[in-house]
Amino acid sequence: MIRDFVYSKAKTVKEALDLLEEHKENYKIICGGQSLLILMRQGLVAPANLIDIKSIEELSYINFKPKDGLKIGAATTHSDIEKSSSVKKHYPVLVSMEKNLASVQTRNWGTIGGNLAHGDPAGDPGPVFIALNATVKIANSERERSIPLEEFFIDYFETVLEDGELLLEVQFPVVPPRTATVYEKFNIIKNDQGIVSVAVSITMEKKGSSCKDARIVLGAAASIPIRAKKAEKLLIGQKLNNGLLEKIGKRASKEADPVADIHASEEYRRHLVEALTKRMVRKAWDQARKPAR
Amino acid sequence: MEKQLLRITVNNEYHELYVKPKRLLVEVLRDELELTGTKRGCNTGACCACTVLLNGVTVKSCSILAMQADGTEVTTVEGLAEGGKLSPIQRSFLDHGAYQCGFCTSGMLISATALINEKPSPTKKQIKEAIHGNICRCTGYNSIIRAIKAVAEGKYKEEE
Ligand SMILES: Cc1cc2nc3c(=O)[nH]c(=O)nc-3n(C[C@H](O)[C@H](O)[C@H](O)COP(=O)(O)OP(=O)(O)OC[C@H]3O[C@@H](n4cnc5c(N)ncnc54)[C@H](O)[C@@H]3O)c2cc1C
Ligand code: FES
Ligand code: FES
Repeated sequence: MIRDFVYSKAKTVKEALDLLEEHKENYKIICGGQSLLILMRQGLVAPANLIDIKSIEELSYINFKPKDGLKIGAATTHSDIEKSSSVKKHYPVLVSMEKNLASVQTRNWGTIGGNLAHGDPAGDPGPVFIALNATVKIANSERERSIPLEEFFIDYFETVLEDGELLLEVQFPVVPPRTATVYEKFNIIKNDQGIVSVAVSITMEKKGSSCKDARIVLGAAASIPIRAKKAEKLLIGQKLNNGLLEKIGKRASKEADPVADIHASEEYRRHLVEALTKRMVRKAWDQARKPAR
Repeated sequence: MEKQLLRITVNNEYHELYVKPKRLLVEVLRDELELTGTKRGCNTGACCACTVLLNGVTVKSCSILAMQADGTEVTTVEGLAEGGKLSPIQRSFLDHGAYQCGFCTSGMLISATALINEKPSPTKKQIKEAIHGNICRCTGYNSIIRAIKAVAEGKYKEEE
């Protein structure tokens, strides 16, 4: 049973921030409610005040500029991202990620800001956005701050968001030339949350011979999405070969810190990290080597 | 807890009613407006039996507060037939025996309607993607897909 609460609908960001300030310490923000209502129904979350930001139009947008990159408002739905032509053209990995995220119904109402703020280590956007080097813009009634998404997650279902703060926007830098970003999750039921997921972004040196930069991000392999930095180091400056690929997979699996739950044992998750990392590094490498799209 | 004013258009009929903010859309549809065609299956957001159209797109009515639907237009399974005539999707479901117990049927019909509205001639893959979240406990997916496919192929056009 959902417990009673006082409901307020904000129409602007300013209104929302004022409401957060007013109800500090005993409120919850609701956007699409796809995750929150489940917790409220179970009685795990029972706020005295519920502040609805879903209909704030100024938080729902997708802007792409060749010089600045991509900006997505926090209340933008998964479906809007999935169907955006500029996202498809410049950040195609986001489209394939969205197509495999939950059901159409969830994507039509659930939002990108809600997904990130929920802080589920099995969420899909986290690892992919970190691989794309995304930043999030956060505000309270007095100030605004931006931090790399990599520093946004703290623990299971915990983020750096403080009382009174609202997630406003996700920003993606321009993708460097000769870069490919790929993502895959392993699950038993299609479009379910991943048992483990891996996102890899690789940028090639000018001549297309060796790796200039690499980001390997693991999902559902620790309490938050994590970068396998030692595995990345093995690849940077090198040319990929099968021996190196094996080493990268093994290293990433060591860097993971998974737990056992009803979906999989710790050992199985480590195995998945290795297999998926190898698969994604190979795929990103092959795509990044191809001449510009 | 104080009730709040909800203004909502359901199946082209405008309603004003007072609801507690914790009420879910599915509860208002079924218990207040007595439109029991919309089914409550899992009540946790996992089965899509409760699917309705909200401003033209499919959503799970068990996973939306009624107050979030304030000012919107909702279509439930009761709103698919026009002037007493079943919609092409509904007729095709009948012809193809695309239901067994019928519990998932309202949600399936709504998802299929949204698909056909958006893409009149979807491929089989697109049909599967569109109903992916709608779980049929009787597992009658093949006949459901055949029913939608028949509409996609224009078999129910002439009767419209
Ligand atoms: C059946 C099902 C399957 C799913 N499968 C997947 C999947 O495969 N992959 C995946 O990644 N996700 C999956 N999800 C999760 C879901 O997609 C997201 O968590 C959802 O999009 C959250 O968005 P929302 O707007 O509904 O957030 P809400 O439920 O409204 O909010 C979630 C949390 O974020 C907070 N919040 C929301 N917006 C803001 C903001 N702007 N600033 C600060 N805090 C905010 C809320 O207070 C709450 O704590 C699934 C969910 C369901 C129900
Ligand atoms: S009843 Fe709404 S998803 Fe199952
Ligand atoms: S017909 Fe019984 S659940 Fe689908």
